[in-house]
Amino acid sequence: MLDPNRMVEPDRVRREVYTDADIFALEMERIHEKVWIYCGHETQVPKAGDYYTVQIGRQPMIMVRGADGKVNVLYNRCPHRGNMICGDRKGSTGEQFRCSYHAWTFQLDGKLKNIPMKDAYDGTRYGKDNPDCSMKRAARVENYRGFVFASLSSSGPSLKEFLGKSIVAFDDMCDRAPEGEVEVVPNCFRVIQHSNWKLFLENQLDALHPSVVHQSTGRAAHEVEKILAKKAKGGAAPLSYHMLSAFATVTIDKWDDFQTINYPYGHCVLTGYMGLRPQDPDTKAYDKIMIKAYGQKRFEEIIGVNIHHVLVYPGLSVQSPLQQLRAVRPLGVDRTLTEIWHFRLKGAPEAIYRRSLAYYNLVNSPATLINADDLENFWKCHQGLSSDGGDWVSLARHLGRDLSKGDEVSSAPGMGTSEAPMRNQMKAWAEYMK
Amino acid sequence: MKEQHAVEQFLYQQAELLDNKRWQDWIDLFAPEGIYWMPPDRSYKTWDGQPAIFAEDKNLMEVRMRRVLHPDAWSQRPLWETNHVVSNVQIKNAGKNLVVRSRFHMMELRRDDVRHFAGSYEHHLKKTKSGYQIKLQRVDMANAQAAYDYVLQVWV
Repeated sequence: MLDPNRMVEPDRVRREVYTDADIFALEMERIHEKVWIYCGHETQVPKAGDYYTVQIGRQPMIMVRGADGKVNVLYNRCPHRGNMICGDRKGSTGEQFRCSYHAWTFQLDGKLKNIPMKDAYDGTRYGKDNPDCSMKRAARVENYRGFVFASLSSSGPSLKEFLGKSIVAFDDMCDRAPEGEVEVVPNCFRVIQHSNWKLFLENQLDALHPSVVHQSTGRAAHEVEKILAKKAKGGAAPLSYHMLSAFATVTIDKWDDFQTINYPYGHCVLTGYMGLRPQDPDTKAYDKIMIKAYGQKRFEEIIGVNIHHVLVYPGLSVQSPLQQLRAVRPLGVDRTLTEIWHFRLKGAPEAIYRRSLAYYNLVNSPATLINADDLENFWKCHQGLSSDGGDWVSLARHLGRDLSKGDEVSSAPGMGTSEAPMRNQMKAWAEYMK
Repeated sequence: MKEQHAVEQFLYQQAELLDNKRWQDWIDLFAPEGIYWMPPDRSYKTWDGQPAIFAEDKNLMEVRMRRVLHPDAWSQRPLWETNHVVSNVQIKNAGKNLVVRSRFHMMELRRDDVRHFAGSYEHHLKKTKSGYQIKLQRVDMANAQAAYDYVLQVWV
């Protein structure tokens, strides 16, 4: 097998990082099944017994609300003969889990409740006192402002240490709610791409690609936006058209004005938000409620947070100003599932929910006007990387010009298209894979 | 019987327009306030203010059409075709507020791959001098809740 220690150089990466099945197995073991992985939001499981299944690396897991109100994360496996406990993607299991094979039952925290005719185990090692007869729990589970993460390794940094400054993804989202909390909109869009998981994450903070890849939708939306604005006689088209047209009106050279800030563990923030401070009546009504809730000074701080995307490596892309996120679940070396959720700002007017909903539907639904072209490129990229036409992937854009401060690396002013985020992700990858 | 025949012909014509990529003619079947809606789940009652796979008025339909026709719509470059079959046409509500339910099968070719979709249509139609116009077309995909292997590019 290829040596992962020799696959990443400062300006380039071996193609097998993306295409080799052994490397994939190793990164599931050393990255996804060790670090903090996003499971879901606690409002997905409001009542005791409510559950969602979730894949962490190669491990099928269950996120379930316990009888004590705490959210547990368990392996979706019966300790008896290995049968999966929950066959559905979501639902309510009531007061207990009951295996569909031999009716072993478990509490909502995974602890064995009963074995049918358990006398049959008298004199064996099996029974209530043996922890191996309970459903195995994720080694660690933490909840930050409602966002539930699990780590399958008992050692490693705490969730807060791991997130570091990328924690802004959740603070920014929640702080924008007058009540300081968000709740999930109960729908998950799920889309499978035929490419390695890392291609998705690298693309999220690639400020050079939008004006190339999304030109068609940007142009189309801009043309219709102009017609609508004309019809509205001095008014403007709905903001959703602007969200789409910005992909074309922000031309290729302007994307250098954005900035990426790269953190330890591969996390990154891309600044700049399309329509950060619109001045329409809906926004003004929202601002008023926010000022009442937080006071003018704190409100300005909250609303001034300048974020387009936050990437929490290796599996989460958050668009906090639009209250949506995409969780990235690797299914195989060339197959990746994205789970896409939208959140409601508690206490905010309906119009603000509807605005970000428009983005969720137009950009993130399975009929997306934007991601269709990304997915096309991911597939092409994976095909090209599978060929013998070259061994290396270049990540050299603006190499040597980034600004370092402590453990942070930022793209330099006017160099927002620096491939610093990809270099930063690969640096973390190489560290994990040692 | 006459109405049954007329709505069937209308639905067949709509499918024919899609399969022939006559996007503008397809959009023209909608009333000015017409909506094309594909909910993510059969339990949804309204398109308004909800997550939706499609929830498009004629302006958004035009965005989609212009995008598909743009030379740099990369995902549209490869060979792709669709083939719809519409059947089980039932008039659920006759008269002025005409509601028609039907079932469809669609195969889609993209490069060398074939995908298969099926589901039901619910057309809310109004009668005009020039024929039917769609006030609302609801499309329930049988696989609405399953993960989409790749995405949908145009209306189904």
